[in-house]
Order: sequence, then structure tokens, then C-alpha cells
Amino acid sequence: MKVYVILKQTFDTEEKIVIANGRVLEEGVKFIINPYDEYAVEKAIRIREQSGGQVVVISVGPKRSSESLRTALAMGADEAVLISDDRVSQDEYVVSSVLAAYFADKTYDLILGGHFSIDNGAGQVAVRLAELLQIPHVSSVIKLELPGGNANVTRDAEGDLEVLQVSLPALFTAQQGLNEPRYPSLPGIMKAKKKPFQQLTLDDLTIAAEALEPKTSQIELFLPPAREAGQILQGELPEQAAKLVELLRTQSKVI
Amino acid sequence: MSRTYTIIADHREGTLRQVTLEALQAAQIASLEGDRITAIIMGTQLESLAEELAAYPLSDIHLIEHDSLQHYNAEAYLSALFGVFDTVRPDAVFIGHTAVGRDLAPAIAARLHAGQMSDVTSIERSGAKIMFTRPLHAGKAFEKKVFADFPWVVTVRPNNIPAAQASGGQQAQVVRTTYSPTPSLRSVVKDVVLKTSGKVDLTEAKIVVSGGRGVKSADGFKPLEELAEVLNGAVGASRGACDAGYCDYALQIGQTGKVVTPEIYIACGISGAIQHLAGMSQSRIIIAINKDPEAPIIKTADYSIVGDLFQVVPLLTQEFRNVLK
Repeated sequence: MKVYVILKQTFDTEEKIVIANGRVLEEGVKFIINPYDEYAVEKAIRIREQSGGQVVVISVGPKRSSESLRTALAMGADEAVLISDDRVSQDEYVVSSVLAAYFADKTYDLILGGHFSIDNGAGQVAVRLAELLQIPHVSSVIKLELPGGNANVTRDAEGDLEVLQVSLPALFTAQQGLNEPRYPSLPGIMKAKKKPFQQLTLDDLTIAAEALEPKTSQIELFLPPAREAGQILQGELPEQAAKLVELLRTQSKVI
Repeated sequence: MSRTYTIIADHREGTLRQVTLEALQAAQIASLEGDRITAIIMGTQLESLAEELAAYPLSDIHLIEHDSLQHYNAEAYLSALFGVFDTVRPDAVFIGHTAVGRDLAPAIAARLHAGQMSDVTSIERSGAKIMFTRPLHAGKAFEKKVFADFPWVVTVRPNNIPAAQASGGQQAQVVRTTYSPTPSLRSVVKDVVLKTSGKVDLTEAKIVVSGGRGVKSADGFKPLEELAEVLNGAVGASRGACDAGYCDYALQIGQTGKVVTPEIYIACGISGAIQHLAGMSQSRIIIAINKDPEAPIIKTADYSIVGDLFQVVPLLTQEFRNVLK
């Protein structure tokens, strides 16, 4: 089975956001594989371990993304592809078009990705890619089994579960609960250095000029207003509970 | 030039979801005099939903009723939707950022070769310019964006844009569309397990009672569930509580998990890691109940009670019961 994983490098969840000169500062930030994409990488490796085949991880993004692709190789992926080019904007229409151009001459059984990226949080690229490639997709998957050329998937729909049978090739996005991703082992890290790693630019792809024109643009970037200092209630616990309910009624007027 | 703004109605257990009316409000903000706002409802037994929606300022409501649309299936929904799009010809599509909307919207955008903004929390119009605000890094930052051109697609985050008001005037015209499913569907819904029936949806809840590692066990969530029930709210959890196996990942609030913006957020036994704060710090009122007076959550909270949640939460439940009865 040939499995591709589309992956994005993101800020670590513990990072604070600092804005300067109209952009989010990246200096000193710790980067990770987007957590949802990590479930997808883990799933792809488990599929290969069970039934053979090949796992290719691919990212469209800045050069620094190569570290995350290396991590995925160290986890057990077989090959990595980084498409990095300053002419590619972050607009989801553009990113998915670039990926679609890459996949145009590829054959695959499965494409896996994350449910959404924890930085931009739009959750568009994977689903758009499925549409561009004209393959079925199911997003937010917490279970994936592959009996005889089909996929049986369970989707988390805000707490409800939807079970679907999907013919391959197909694209699925991973939701929390799909698995527990492994840490790269030391031998894995050593092996990763020798695995194929392809670096591409737009010049390596066939893509129409209009597919590179962003459909959206940012006009402002700002931090949310800081919350005002709160109040720590005092007294015996029953008094505090009564006081809190009263405050919610009189001061905040929310009850 | 007159535009057509189309909202796709999201419904649950036979009633419209609040976010549908918030999407309608977004469409009203975006539209100008002379523009059309239409709605599309897909599913089964849509009569009462159509009646409900007809009270709002819409030019027409398209019903696509078919057994194969009873449960969400991207392929079937897309094929039904694009059948209606041939007549509606939307310039812009609005849908809730929900289980259905977040899956459907990017596919619609791709088919329309359109831009999309996801998880929009506010929308403004100034002259010809329509500006959308949306969170980055789960709300640690925000961006304002504009589209390059029509058509476009927007998903609306629940609980942020005020709901549209019923017009009380002329009723919208209801148009029924027949839908014949294509026999060649590559994905089939085999089963649906409803685990949230009768419960308040976490992202739409006005009040969220959330538990962290301090809850200590799955049973430890019971007092939180009781409090949530009294308040007609929903129960959420921190990543710590989910990782420890105390509850389902569907409840997780944070940068991984869900972002919620209720009127009241009650954090019980949650220390307040940055990744959790990202998911709830836009709530209107935050209440922290924690044994540790140094916990970061207390610095974010409007009101804090330093104490054991297993003592405090039942006391609160009792107080609210007295007040709300």
C-alpha cells in the first residue's frame, strides 16, 4: 500500500505568540510536527508495518519544515518531499493547488493528513486536495481499518460517531484518539539521515499561474486584549460559593 | 451588481442550530440592499425546519430532502448541494464551523475555485470591503482578512456573531428540490452512534463546566455533569484529563481539541497550561476552582475559589439550584 502523509510544521502548543512589524515572530520558537499530522504519520507507519508498502511524507512550507520531515522519517516514514518556494503563499487555495500539482503524476492508495493545523486552524488544505484529486475524503477520523481494498473509518462528529466505508484511493484526516504517536528511536534517527529526501520548488511542478494567486489576504494581525485581573474569593467555602453566584447575578449579569 | 449570499443550514435533532442564525447574521452584514440571501437545508423531515427558518429575512429556502441525506456524507451532500447551486448560483456561501461545516466548506470552496475563511469570529463591511476576523494559534492571536474576489466561502465559529432576528414580515419562499443520488458513491455511511443526544453542544453552550487532572477519575466528572445540567451547560475537559483517560477526546478544550467561547467557563481542577488557555480564554466570564492558589488559571480567571473541587462544585450546584428554581 502506498501511503502519502501531508504534513505541516507548526509552533509548539506551549509557545506564546509575539507580534512585531505585522508578523508573528519565529525567533527562538520551538517547532513541532502539527499534532494532528503526527497521528497521520503514526497511522501510515502502522499500515506499512502491518501490510507492507511505502510511506512518503510531504510538506509545502518554509525550509525549516525539513526538520519535521526528518522527524517523520526517524519515526519510520520511508521518503520525504519538501516543496519550498517563496512564490507559494499560505492561502489554502494555493497550497492545495501546489499539492494537487505534485500528486498529478503519482499513484497512491491513501493520503493522510491532520484534521487541522493548530497554527492557522483553517482545516482546508487536505479536504481541498481530495476534491482537486477527485477522490473521496473523510475528515476527523479516529479509527481506520483497511480490509480488502476498502477503508472502514470512524469519524468523530463533535462527539457523535459516524462509521463509513470508503473505496480507495481516498484521503482521511486524523483526529485525536486515532493512536498514540511513537517517539523517534535513536537508530531511527540515524537511519533517517540516509533516507531519500526530495527538495522541490515550483519549477519542478506543472501548475497554472492562476492557481498561485491567493484568494485571501491578511490586512491586520493582532493579539487579543489582555484580561483584567480577577478576584480571588475569600471566606469559608459555602460563603464563597454563595458570593460567586451573587457576583454572577449582580456584577456580570450572566445568570 | 446584485449578489447572492447562501447559508447552509446546520441542524441537530430536528431543530436549527443556533450557528445557522449566526451565519445568517453574517450574511446580512456582508450583503447590501438588493442582494439576495438564500438558505439551503439538507436532510430528512425538513418541514418544521423550513417553517422555523421562514420567519427570518431570506428571499428563499431550498429544501433537499432525501433518505440518503439523513446522515452527513460529504460526497452525497456535495452532489445534492451542487444540484441546487445550478439554480441558486451563490456568490458567497456561509456555514457553521461545525462537524458538517468544517468538512463540507473546503470541498465547496475547491469545487467553486473559491477562497475560504474558516472559523470566522466577526465580520464587518465598509463600503465595498468585507473584512473577516478569525483566530490564529487557537486564539493566541487574531487576523483580519479580505477576499480577492467572489465567489467565496466562510465558516462561522459558533457563539461569536449575534444570531439574526426573525423579520416578522413576509415569509420566505420555500422551494423543494428533488435529489436523485448518484449510484456511484465511493463512500457509504454504515452506522451512526449518537453519543451527544439530548446534551448541549460544547461549542454552542452558553456555560461550560470543564475538568482537568484534578478531577482524578472518570467518576470525578459526575459532580461537574450535575453542575452543567443545572446550568443547562456542557461539560468540557483539559488535555490532561483526556490523556489520563478520564473522558473522551471529544470533550477536549485547548489548542488541540476545541475552542469554546461561552458566557461562563468554569474550570475545575485545571492548572491552565498555555495550550488549554488558548482554547477558552475568549470566554466572557472565567471561573477557576483550584486547590493551588499559584495555578496559572487563577491569573486568567475573573473569579477564583481556592479549594477542593469536590467540595466547591457541589456547593455551587446547590447555590445555582436555589437561585434558578
